[in-house]
Amino acid sequence: MIRFLMLGLLRDRSRSLFPLLTVAAGVAITVFMFCFMSGIKGDAIRDSAAFQTGHVRITTAAYHQLEHQLPVDLALLETSELLSQLRATEPELSWTPRIRFGCLLDVPDASGETRSQGPALGMAVDLRTDRAEIERLHLEQALTSGILPVLPDEILLSQQMATQLELQLGDTVTLIGGTVYGSTSMVNLRLCGTLRFGITAIDRGGFLVDLATARSFLDLEGGATEILGYFRSDFYDMNQADLLATDFNNRFQDEQEEFAPLMLPLHRQSSLGELLELWGYFSTILIAIFVFVMSIVLWNSGLMGSLRRYGEIGIRLAFGENKHHLYRTLLYESVLIGLTGSLIGGAIGLTLGAWLQYQGLDYGFAFKNTSMIMSSVIRAQVSPAAFFIGFVPGLLSPLLGTLISGLAVYRRQTAQLFKELEV
Amino acid sequence: MTAEPVIVINGVSRLYPVSSGSFAALSDIELTIAAGEFSGLVGPSGSGKTTLLNLIGSLDAPTSGEIIVLGQKVQELDARGAARLRRDQLGFIFQTYNLLPVYTVFENVEFPLLLLQMERQKRRDAVMDILERVGLADRAGSRPAQLSGGECQRVAIARAMVKHPSLVLADEPTANLDADNSHRILQTMLTLNRDLGTTFLFATHDDKVIQYLRRVIVLFDGRIAQDEVRDETAVSAGTPGGYF
Ligand SMILES: Nc1ncnc2c1ncn2[C@@H]1O[C@H](COP(=O)(O)OP(=O)(O)O)[C@@H](O)[C@H]1O
Ligand SMILES: [Mg+2]
Repeated sequence: MIRFLMLGLLRDRSRSLFPLLTVAAGVAITVFMFCFMSGIKGDAIRDSAAFQTGHVRITTAAYHQLEHQLPVDLALLETSELLSQLRATEPELSWTPRIRFGCLLDVPDASGETRSQGPALGMAVDLRTDRAEIERLHLEQALTSGILPVLPDEILLSQQMATQLELQLGDTVTLIGGTVYGSTSMVNLRLCGTLRFGITAIDRGGFLVDLATARSFLDLEGGATEILGYFRSDFYDMNQADLLATDFNNRFQDEQEEFAPLMLPLHRQSSLGELLELWGYFSTILIAIFVFVMSIVLWNSGLMGSLRRYGEIGIRLAFGENKHHLYRTLLYESVLIGLTGSLIGGAIGLTLGAWLQYQGLDYGFAFKNTSMIMSSVIRAQVSPAAFFIGFVPGLLSPLLGTLISGLAVYRRQTAQLFKELEV
Repeated sequence: MTAEPVIVINGVSRLYPVSSGSFAALSDIELTIAAGEFSGLVGPSGSGKTTLLNLIGSLDAPTSGEIIVLGQKVQELDARGAARLRRDQLGFIFQTYNLLPVYTVFENVEFPLLLLQMERQKRRDAVMDILERVGLADRAGSRPAQLSGGECQRVAIARAMVKHPSLVLADEPTANLDADNSHRILQTMLTLNRDLGTTFLFATHDDKVIQYLRRVIVLFDGRIAQDEVRDETAVSAGTPGGYF
């Protein structure tokens, strides 16, 4: 009997091939989309954490308010005590100070006259004592020429900027800006290397120096604009980060004191939080739509199938097949279709996802003017969750379709069989 | 014939609800069919032939009265019991053959045996034997679409007969066939009736069928108008009868 039904299934393409392709296509698209979006989400979090927000970030409350102006005068003035405290009480995170500041970048010619000049965005990280920073920012991979700074008077420039300013390795550049206390500050640095991050906002006009270099330039000895915390697992745990921040702020926040340190988790900084929330809605909606559309399509094909198979079902009933048995075989068929289609579709979706994960897709050209910290290379992220998010609806929707359309078997009056079969 | 009758019908009526109350498709039918009969319900269209065949085939239940098929009271059977009776004892032949198009001749005929969960080798033998008898053994691998109408109906006969049912119900089996094919399939059924002892009950208004019947039960407006057993000479002489 099973063989008989299988034969029918295989030979009747509209009963097997069409629903199978529908399921496979639907599942493949869902799985791939999910991988795609997970990848974007994962990258967005990683990039944002690495370059800007940390998993959690501590600034002064005032700095946070005016962050877009890069107000170095609102920086944390004393960080070493806070850092050792943090490292003692929150050892599951690694903590590191950074300074972000803006200044004018001036390139002198041989006689000391300005050859070219432009505003630039500086990031100072602890290059010499914190190996983790180098890895976190992928500095070695981002290096397009030269070496990482070893001396305090060395600077890394974005490749794009170095080209624009027509700089060679070893050339001198002058940083011109203001100290924390408002006086003018100037320092000559030597270009030791160039960087390309694949992050448009940074590649456009950024430079990177050692923390000590920035501290002396800004007269911010022992201070930093921010302290970033990273979970050692490398995995951003939203709830954990929230707890940590609440706890920290309960201890340190003071309505009166605008220089009191304020800790914010990644998703409460910048626009990333909204992005993540949006992502959650979006993936829910995507999956809901998929299940809905698939169910409609497959229910329809189930209905059409029952219509097409009206004669077959009638004959099977007339020859004494039990209604329950018949209904069950219809359900088994749909499970088989759902299972095969979902497996095939899932495999295709994951393959495409994996391809995009390892290959990557550079779309930087589309974001020339963005200031969002976001990698211009899309990479998917393959995960078991992605598979199941396609697999489960892929399995269920044909079953659901048949479950409903197959009920016609029960409504079929055997009293009408002779008449039906004589049309 | 000493065996107990295959069909016993006592005072059966079948009413259909219609807008103006109810319509009696069958009224007060009394009928007994013995084992091995080759009989037919004969009458004009709308006289109740199909309705009666439905009741006997446990596809429908009477409004009143009693139907006993092979010792079982049809009106007392639930869906499962009725299905079992059909599966084990009854064969059906329809006007439009109703073969399953995706299956071969062999597989179509094999289907009733699958429902009986007969083992493979026995199934094979039974299918090939019956195909032999209807003269289609060489077409076992063909699909219905590759066969003529007459061949299709012979496959349908094979399908109805393959499990050697006690009773075969055939509703207008020749309605879609030309004279030659009609005669052939009736000869086939007559032979099967003789060789296997299967009871046949037809519903027909086709003279070509009627001339083969050994008993003609005439229905008119849902009542039995005439019930005539004919002797062998009348049958083999092929007198059509002129019943209506
Ligand atoms: N489901 C039904 N509802 C109402 N009337 C019906 C139904 N089935 C059959 N009839 C009526 O019962 C009568 C007998 O029908 P039927 O047994 O099909 O006749 P036959 O097979 O002799 O042509 C017809 O008048 C038909 O219209
Ligand atoms: Mg009829």
